[in-house]
Amino acid sequence: MQKIVGKFSVKYVQIVDEKGNVDKKLEPKLSPQQLRDLYKWMVLERTFDNTALSLQREGRIGTYAQSLGEEAVHVGATFATRDSDWIFTDYREHASYLMRGVPVNNLLMHWGGSEDGMALPEKSNIMPVCIPVGTQTLHGVGAALAMKIKNQKTATLTFVGDASTSTGDFNEGLNFAGAFVTPSVIVIRNNHWAISVPRTCHDATWGGCQTRAETLAQKAIGYGFEGIQVDGNDVLAVYTVVKQAMDRARDGKGPTLIECITYRLGPHTTADDPTRYQDPKILKAWLEKEPLKRFQSYLKKKKLWDEKYEAAVQAECKRIVDQGVAEAEKHKPKPTDMFDYVYKSLTPNLKEQRDEWQS
Amino acid sequence: MAKLTIVEAVRDALYVEMGRDEKIIVLGEDVGVDGGVFRATDGLQKKYGDRRVIDTPLAESGIVGTSIGMAIQGLKPVCEIQFDGFTYPAFDQLFSHAARIRNRTRGKITCPLVLRFPYGGGIRALEHHNESPESYFVHTAGLKVVIPSNPYDTKGLLIAAIRDPDPVIFMEPKRIYRAIRDEVPEGAYTVEIGKANVLREGTDLTLISWGAMVREAQKAADAAAAQGVRAEVIDVRTLNPCDWDTILSSVQKTGRAIIVHEAPHTLGFGAEIAARIQEKLLLYLKAPVIRVTGYDTPFPYFKLEDAYLPNPERIGRAIEQVMKF
Repeated sequence: MQKIVGKFSVKYVQIVDEKGNVDKKLEPKLSPQQLRDLYKWMVLERTFDNTALSLQREGRIGTYAQSLGEEAVHVGATFATRDSDWIFTDYREHASYLMRGVPVNNLLMHWGGSEDGMALPEKSNIMPVCIPVGTQTLHGVGAALAMKIKNQKTATLTFVGDASTSTGDFNEGLNFAGAFVTPSVIVIRNNHWAISVPRTCHDATWGGCQTRAETLAQKAIGYGFEGIQVDGNDVLAVYTVVKQAMDRARDGKGPTLIECITYRLGPHTTADDPTRYQDPKILKAWLEKEPLKRFQSYLKKKKLWDEKYEAAVQAECKRIVDQGVAEAEKHKPKPTDMFDYVYKSLTPNLKEQRDEWQS
Repeated sequence: MAKLTIVEAVRDALYVEMGRDEKIIVLGEDVGVDGGVFRATDGLQKKYGDRRVIDTPLAESGIVGTSIGMAIQGLKPVCEIQFDGFTYPAFDQLFSHAARIRNRTRGKITCPLVLRFPYGGGIRALEHHNESPESYFVHTAGLKVVIPSNPYDTKGLLIAAIRDPDPVIFMEPKRIYRAIRDEVPEGAYTVEIGKANVLREGTDLTLISWGAMVREAQKAADAAAAQGVRAEVIDVRTLNPCDWDTILSSVQKTGRAIIVHEAPHTLGFGAEIAARIQEKLLLYLKAPVIRVTGYDTPFPYFKLEDAYLPNPERIGRAIEQVMKF
């Protein structure tokens, strides 16, 4: 005897297409101010990104991970949260920090080589940069479990990259989320690359790629909940799908996995040279689909964008970032801080080493 | 006062503290309905419910990683890993995150959790059920490492660990889980983390040990006493923070030190103790500092475990060696 015991499908959502045309049925009801806010946050992230890249090239900060081209994922998803929800990132989500009230100064202190940058403001409700990719999935799910135990009407939003879906912790996190029906939303920023290893397999009999899975969203199905694929360069689609998932999570309906299809238009970090492994034609095609230009055409059709507005937004973002640069460059970390925050109080060993450093 | 074993003292500490603080969450594999494979959490789920005593999927990194998420949300997870050899999948979460979150955020976010697990050999168990991984944890800045050797300390140290503001690795000597029964006070009390215990005073040499090896050291001290050698016996109890004052003042007095642990020899915590002693007390020493330890081999399958584990005879030979030097 044999029979089919499971059949699954994965939904794909796009609201604004590459030419700025909108699917009216799916279009979210956002005010003109909210639409302009979405745009401004994306411009701010790009301004920050360009500035940070220049600072790195001039040796004024350390290795830096660009967000170029992935702004719609960070901004759309973060915009869909409430301030009382918690956000867990890896290291590319600069906009999420800015949107949670973390000053530019803090981000630049961090990338400039000081722990002080991740001494995040009270109530920003976002965890510090998490470099071991995938590990933060468990923190987001554990925090959501705590919210559920405490009967809070809050949820967690966790960002991971496409390569994180290969890690054990990502899969353990999804399994815990499914088993405990946690109020957690996990967003995969599928930018097609893990440094030089492509997301997709191009050889029918060998690896050299991240995974042979048809979509990354479908991984949720293995853990008993829904995975949705979204056009990750469409900020309205990201916002809408994440918003629905966050609302569901807060209502006790459990987790959602959301795969946002975008493209890494820059290198992995400033230490990487993508010309060694990336076809420039593919990059060029994705440049055409980049999120800011697309949202501009949408806003223009709504009469919410013109050259004058653009100049004003650019000037405001530049002012915010320049001010952050000036502050960050004045910062000098205190050497004894490296001893003082390992434990709540100094252990005898650390006291001895701290005294020795000072003498 | 009730007479309790070590494993009963673990359970009593959890029972008492969970009653006092509803933020405490116990989680791990089989800790709920089954009460833990050693029964260390027996009856807790019945008393406190399945929202506070949680059976998890079989995933050690998952247990520790979700505990980190709970800790940063203000709960106090006390998670159990079923055996020493299964802590390894959770090292990344412990080393990369639990140990560093306070430092990474300059104190803005903290991660106070307790990870408890039964450790060590001597119970004729399968491979991966006999490990003594304390050095890995002591080597990682940001973790505290506590190892009791008797029921009274077990309860007091576990309560102290639960109340500690930093992540604590709490290693329970499973070989003596049920070997000793001691008077243990009812209700809550703490034994301070960072204080060693001088179990027996002596003037000729200092035996320094922790966990299940403390009993072996005491037996060796008894045998030495019959030969007229007076050994001081120190139970280190907390490896990080370590009570150097107690250890060093004892060795300053006796001039001879032997460290006994079942973890492998090279870079075991005994190496750190020996290094400290020579740094601080070189001119007081009457003999080289000796380590009686497990060997630099994988922990053998159980037919050879008695050949691997330090015992009173091996410690006795070390005593002879330092006395004759």
